[in-house]
Amino acid sequence: MARLADDYAEGDVHTPVMQIIASTIPVTIELLPRTASAVTSRMPKPKQRSTQFQDALFRWFTRSFAFLVLAILLGIIVSLIYGSLPAMQKFGFGFLVNAEWNPVTEKFGALVPIVGTLVTSFIALLIGVPVSFGIALFLTEMSPLWLKRPLGTAIELLAAIPSIIYGMWGLFVLAPLFADYLQPWLIATLGAVPLLGAMFKGPPQGIGVLTAGFVLAIMVIPFIASVMRDVFEIVPPVLKESAYGIGCTTWEVVRNVVLPYTKVGVIGGIMLGLGRALGETMAVTFLIGNAHRLTASILAPGNSIASALANEFTEAVGDLYTSALIELGLILFVITFIVLGLAKLLLLQLARGEGRKT
Amino acid sequence: MKSLYSRRLLVNRFNLAMSMMTMAFGLFFLLWILYTLFAAGFQAFSIALFTQMTPPPGSKGGLLNAVMGSLLMATMGTLIGTPIGIFAGIYLAEYGNRGWLAPVTRFINDILLSAPSIVIGLFIYEIYVFQVGHFSAWAGSLALALIVIPVVVRTTENMLRLVPDSLREAAVALGTPQWKMILMVTLKAVRAGVITGILLAIARISGETAPLLFTALNNQFWTTNLNAPMSNLPVVIFQFAMSPYSDWQELAWAGALFITLTVLVLNIVARLFFRQTAAK
Repeated sequence: MARLADDYAEGDVHTPVMQIIASTIPVTIELLPRTASAVTSRMPKPKQRSTQFQDALFRWFTRSFAFLVLAILLGIIVSLIYGSLPAMQKFGFGFLVNAEWNPVTEKFGALVPIVGTLVTSFIALLIGVPVSFGIALFLTEMSPLWLKRPLGTAIELLAAIPSIIYGMWGLFVLAPLFADYLQPWLIATLGAVPLLGAMFKGPPQGIGVLTAGFVLAIMVIPFIASVMRDVFEIVPPVLKESAYGIGCTTWEVVRNVVLPYTKVGVIGGIMLGLGRALGETMAVTFLIGNAHRLTASILAPGNSIASALANEFTEAVGDLYTSALIELGLILFVITFIVLGLAKLLLLQLARGEGRKT
Repeated sequence: MKSLYSRRLLVNRFNLAMSMMTMAFGLFFLLWILYTLFAAGFQAFSIALFTQMTPPPGSKGGLLNAVMGSLLMATMGTLIGTPIGIFAGIYLAEYGNRGWLAPVTRFINDILLSAPSIVIGLFIYEIYVFQVGHFSAWAGSLALALIVIPVVVRTTENMLRLVPDSLREAAVALGTPQWKMILMVTLKAVRAGVITGILLAIARISGETAPLLFTALNNQFWTTNLNAPMSNLPVVIFQFAMSPYSDWQELAWAGALFITLTVLVLNIVARLFFRQTAAK
């Protein structure tokens, strides 16, 4: 035992070295066959591992940007809700149905801008949808091949013109014409009709809900027309040819084959146009007249959510005023979000059906 | 029998004629707006427009500070927005076949693409302008970047989806790491398409007014300080056009002509560029 203890005592000096050697041995043993096989048969492992790491890193890198897009949307919603809290607490749901808008007494209601936004967008669709349909029909069924592209591009360029240009043109060119010719005529004819007449009352001022809606119509035409054209293009030629084969006219083919087949997409395109019209700011700001008044007449000036924001936000004094305007923005965002979401879902449904039916 | 046939023909002719009319209607307004711009803007279009500052009412001047401000903010907006858009687009196209993130992002991105731009301005006002306490060109650039992102995401994804998988497989078979394959092979193959998307995004933001109203505001003087309010063409046009002074209105028309020409040229160049390189 003493000998043994001595050995240990003696060996004390050597143990660290021994331990080091001993601890390295298994490692080298483990390493050896690996490097050997790598040299003989495979790509070097460390490099492969770093490649895998780089790939994962890159994947997460791009993924974080996709998250960023979601974060932007969440940020918009959260910041708008946060900003409109004071107004929400003060006015509650009454905000939506109250027509009073008085910065002096700090009484705010969103009814006038909401109605203005909806009415102008409705007028825009009333004019824009039939025209867009006609344009899409012309481009897909009637236009000679060499004209298709230039004409399609020209219509798309209508969408490229900035909204402020539409506003200026509407204010300086269209509104005077409306005031001199169209509106007196409307007042004289439709204004005399009972019930409907209330919509066409008042002096012909040029600017007002009707003019804003008309310019909006021109602005949404390219969006609706290009979606309609795209969905008309996906109708399988066999379907159309068989209809032509039994003697249908072009109109009958469009009415009975193309439209039923693309119904969902057409509605999606219209919703997309509606989403655009609802949020359009500058053109409406120039043309709607910015009056917080509720009238039945579409010739009278009114207000829309976006134009109220553009006109009043930088001049708003007091927390409640600012907050009420931000709540208007929130309402606008929620409405457009729902409309655009529905549009997207409808178009997706058509795209899914495309794979199944053809 | 005869009458039914002729009625069908009549209906057909009438509707097709209406269709042609609507096409003419659309073109008519495009030409009318362009004509108005040229007629009203051309006389005020001079070299002074790009050498002098915005004047006080009643004196001569140009739009130099506004043009430079717009240029600076559009550049910054594009520089911030483009990389974010491209990488998010890469994720959607290359990794977006599984999981919940990609379809949700695609959906949200399409909504942001058409979301009212004035709400974007409100958002930047809330999170940036209000926090730092003053309007600034940085805020304007950020707002523009938020408009650039969805456009670039959409085009980048659409373009990358056009790349045939055989190209990806060939690169991977040579032992290329995936990230290198994406950046050097697929992204390079659709470079023209991605650039087209960026050009369209620039065209879109050069005319945007609404998001700049509460972010960059306006400035009557020359400045390159991104931390201060900065003059920019759309807001100057808005202010000048709504003013009662005739020389301000003239300048607004000249600015409107300039901005429209820029946007239309960018659009047409983007299309031609894409068509030419895609045809190769």
